[in-house]
Amino acid sequence: MLRRTSSLQESLLRSSSWAAAAFVFGIFILIIGSMLWHGAGLLSWEFLTSEPLQSGRRGGIAPILVSTILILLVCMVTAVPLGLGTALLLSEYSSSKPSFGNFVRWCLDLLAGIPSIVFGLFGNAFFCKVLGLGFSILSGGLTLACMVLPILIRALEEGLRAIPQDYRRAAASLGLPRHATLWSILLPAAVPALMVGLILGLGRAIAETAALIFTSGYVDRMPESLMDSGRSLSVHIYDLSMNVSGGDKSAYASSLVLVALLFIINISASMLADRHLKSRLDLL
Amino acid sequence: MSPSLKSEARWILVLRSSAVCSALLLLLILAFLCKESWPVLREKGLSAFIYPGAWSPREGEYSLLAMLMGTLSVTAGALLIATPLGLLTALCCNYYMPPRLASYLKRMLEILSGIPSVVYGFWGLTEIVPLVNRIHPPGASLLTGSIVLAIMVLPTLALMADASIVSVPTQAVKGAAALGLDTWGVFRSAVWPAARPGLMGAVLLATGRALGETMAVIMICGNIVQVPTSIFDPVRTLTANIALEMAYAMNFHRSALFVSGLLLAFCIAIIVSLASLVRPRHA
Repeated sequence: MLRRTSSLQESLLRSSSWAAAAFVFGIFILIIGSMLWHGAGLLSWEFLTSEPLQSGRRGGIAPILVSTILILLVCMVTAVPLGLGTALLLSEYSSSKPSFGNFVRWCLDLLAGIPSIVFGLFGNAFFCKVLGLGFSILSGGLTLACMVLPILIRALEEGLRAIPQDYRRAAASLGLPRHATLWSILLPAAVPALMVGLILGLGRAIAETAALIFTSGYVDRMPESLMDSGRSLSVHIYDLSMNVSGGDKSAYASSLVLVALLFIINISASMLADRHLKSRLDLL
Repeated sequence: MSPSLKSEARWILVLRSSAVCSALLLLLILAFLCKESWPVLREKGLSAFIYPGAWSPREGEYSLLAMLMGTLSVTAGALLIATPLGLLTALCCNYYMPPRLASYLKRMLEILSGIPSVVYGFWGLTEIVPLVNRIHPPGASLLTGSIVLAIMVLPTLALMADASIVSVPTQAVKGAAALGLDTWGVFRSAVWPAARPGLMGAVLLATGRALGETMAVIMICGNIVQVPTSIFDPVRTLTANIALEMAYAMNFHRSALFVSGLLLAFCIAIIVSLASLVRPRHA
């Protein structure tokens, strides 16, 4: 009797978990499939290199791509130095004062959970209004930098922690000062892991919409400087599907471009991580 | 000796100030939310926002209750769908699938988890909304929102659940299997107790993500301010409200939107604290 109930549960568990996996697989096919089905026809070199016409119903996405890249640049240039400094402190120097490190980590955990629209509110109040940057690529990039900072720090810290303790001990036994150890041993050893963290942050930034609507704005002309308003690819998709009737085809094509970019980012991160792992195995 | 010590001290100063900046960012954000929401809070008091009433900023009525209910119900719906699916997918990856297939599935989940929410929203708008509309108009509803949100948080949830199942010590699993237990028995007696904190952490993080989601929800929930009475009712969430009205909000109205931002940040703070309580702190 006992045996039978157990085997009933077993087969239930087996079939339902296969069903769940099949569902996930089906969703994947559906999403990617519908994007390819509706969007691939429009995709061409011309689409990538021409200006949008009729609010994006026709034409391409060239200015939008340029704005997206500029926003990402501003974001990374601000977030990476700050993030790297914080990650170094947390991984290498926080053991003497664990309470400070824990406080910083707690702040970052909370920061990572804050909804992106709240970052948008903050960016609008602080960068656009108080600092007087207005709706601009600079405001958008800085807002995104605040948003990706916690993710970046977490990834960088984990990369630094993964370096074997022996490196540090060997350098210390040779009498190297700690900052020299950091510069010439730990950072070079952590470069692949740092790149993975960077790419993850980039992926999060490029996917963001809500934080950008009220900071970098809607303008779909070619930006002339960082103080111009610029529309990111994700905002373009949102605008096309919500505010432009008949924009669905272009929205699908833009989504395809965005997902392709993310796919490249994802693949290069995992390739770097693999190579990183392999070089570590060679060392052992 | 002394120059090297000096540069060491300078170096630590640089690192410490960057860490202080990162931590201060949180305080800066909270301070700005408070500062911007202060005018309307002083005038109306916090109770005007959480007691039942209407949301009509033009008449000076700022009850957020309907939108809070919208947010909570969409989140709950999404979790009801995503949690079992995520856990079962993770189980399937670990115990039933051949390793090769499992690694393909995981790669797929990684790609899905990277797809931007605006793309999920757009996909939901063009594919799921018409589908639900056929069952019960108007299509853009609590149910649709929950479905699309569930699909959105599912990949991360499954990946995190998988990670916590993988981290269960092999000895425990093999020991349980050696006692003659089938997969269900192994799961219940060895895997579940060891993986539970990780699994709960995964669910809590998914909750945070669903609560804070804006773009997907704004595109598929219908955005009508009302307390939903059925799953086919359109709802508006707190996040959607901010994104929809921020463009033209002035004075008290703008201030009220910052209050809802503060409310969201407060909800997230509770969830993050809970998550750090249940999750094993990594060394």
